[in-house]
Amino acid sequence: MSVRNVTAESAPVRWLLISAAIGVLGLFLLLPLAAVFVEALRKGWEVFLASLHDEAALSAVKLTLMAALVSVPLNTLFGISAAWAITKFRFKGRSLLLALIDLPFAVSPVIAGLVFVLLFGAKGWFGPWLSEHDIKIIFAFPGIIIATIFITFPFVARELIPLMESQGSDQEEAAVTLGARGWQIFWRVTLPNIKWGLLYGVLLCNARAMGEFGAVSVVSGHIRGKTNTLPLHIEVLYNEYQFSAAFACATLLALLALFTLGIKSVVEQLSGHSSSAKH
Amino acid sequence: MSISIQSIRKTFGSYTALEDISLEIPNGSLTALLGPSGSGKTTLLRIVAGLEFADPGSGKILFHGEDVSEISTGKRGVGFVFQHYALFRHMTVAENIAFGLSVLPSGKRPSKHEIRDRVKELLGLVKLEGLDKRRPHELSGGQRQRVALARALAIRPKVLLLDEPFGALDAQVRKDLRRWLRQFHDEIGLTTIFVTHDQEEALELADEVVVMRNARIEQIGSPQAVYDTPRSPFVYEFLGNVNKLTDTSGSHQYIRPHEVEIRFAAECDPSTDELGTIQHLFSAGPVASLSIRLDNGSFLDVEISRKILDEMCLDQKDRIAVKVRS
Repeated sequence: MSVRNVTAESAPVRWLLISAAIGVLGLFLLLPLAAVFVEALRKGWEVFLASLHDEAALSAVKLTLMAALVSVPLNTLFGISAAWAITKFRFKGRSLLLALIDLPFAVSPVIAGLVFVLLFGAKGWFGPWLSEHDIKIIFAFPGIIIATIFITFPFVARELIPLMESQGSDQEEAAVTLGARGWQIFWRVTLPNIKWGLLYGVLLCNARAMGEFGAVSVVSGHIRGKTNTLPLHIEVLYNEYQFSAAFACATLLALLALFTLGIKSVVEQLSGHSSSAKH
Repeated sequence: MSISIQSIRKTFGSYTALEDISLEIPNGSLTALLGPSGSGKTTLLRIVAGLEFADPGSGKILFHGEDVSEISTGKRGVGFVFQHYALFRHMTVAENIAFGLSVLPSGKRPSKHEIRDRVKELLGLVKLEGLDKRRPHELSGGQRQRVALARALAIRPKVLLLDEPFGALDAQVRKDLRRWLRQFHDEIGLTTIFVTHDQEEALELADEVVVMRNARIEQIGSPQAVYDTPRSPFVYEFLGNVNKLTDTSGSHQYIRPHEVEIRFAAECDPSTDELGTIQHLFSAGPVASLSIRLDNGSFLDVEISRKILDEMCLDQKDRIAVKVRS
């Protein structure tokens, strides 16, 4: 290295810091990830594939995909409107809304699940009314959806608010003076400016929607082949000492995580490119 | 299109941004709103544009005699150029300029071909031929400024409003663009208002200068009128350098550096002159500026031509007489 930097540390210090960082990452992140794949394949490919083809596993995958398919679009819409309202307008209750968006991060997922049981469960507030009308929420698909929506609620909004805050409303105002109407402004000016942040927010939201355990565990009732999502199915398998099957299913979630990270780095490169060229 | 501003008031919570502002802007003129930051000039411009609305029940904005106070920005037909340009950064120069035309309802929207021709014409008008495919980040500050101007002109506005149009540019570009804008205005003759905090810019560019301070208008007049006959000490001090002299009775007198006459100390006329010492002398360029410390303790800035300076053979520490009373 011929370029010397005044803030650069001496070689041993640098070496120590780098190896400490890599050591911690390896021990706590890479090793477990590798363990998932090793354990999943311990009894060979046949067992691995069979445990993925198992009927209960397939139904868990299906339920997980359904839950994500409903909650991610809803939370995307919610996230965009909340970020828009918070960054473009000054209104009463704005800071309250900002605090409320963070609520799912602050509350333990198990508590969140219990709250919904308390509201919609057989002995809950709306329980009698719901059973009268033959509507089942807790221990059924709607409960899983509600819990997932609650938990994944902040991701898109949290990603967009700082981004839109930093961009200000200059370009929107310019569009207004040029005669653009609300929808045109959003579609042609705002959305192109936030698209990478939005994509990343949606991916994070999706990863959490598919991976959520705590809240969903409380409201699902663990009915095998019916209300078990993928994380719940993995837990059941593990508790039944079917380690290979449990880890085989876990590889699906691990791959989802790797995919999300991969997209994240691509997005960061693309948006980094366009934001460095911003001025 | 003439603009008439009639007793406009604007408050933000408990803060008063504009206090009963009335102003007539004749058709085809170039008007400067000049004032320090916080004087309300930008707020006034934004109210004319329709980006802000005056306090309910306060007053009216008329364009060519027609009340536009309740009409939305998009329908007022104003071209607005933002201080930091506010170009759409994901669009090319051509797409930026075409934006106002492309968002028109389909019945009124020109054909793609017509839009392309109009963009080309505007690029020529602002001297940016051949840059249509660039993106804003590939342009210099001055070029972005002109793209913003072309974009605003694309919708054939009846009024052009510029918010600190040269604020973000460096000195040389500022000067060139200023001259260019004046020429440009004379060619197209569009009623134009621009906001600035730079008195030199306002005096050099505008037909009429509106000096603002603390939410009010201090003075309206031609550049010459506001410079030569300021109506208040504030206008005096804000427009160019000025010496403030306090006499023994405590009253103030203002005199511009170039209005001060000097002579040798030996020729001092005590009835009109004060004696002093040259503290500092700066003589690079056609005009020399002198900082003189008067014997009564106050300082005086004086500008004289280099020729006079050379003839008098003046130097630092020399004693000198300054005519401060007529």
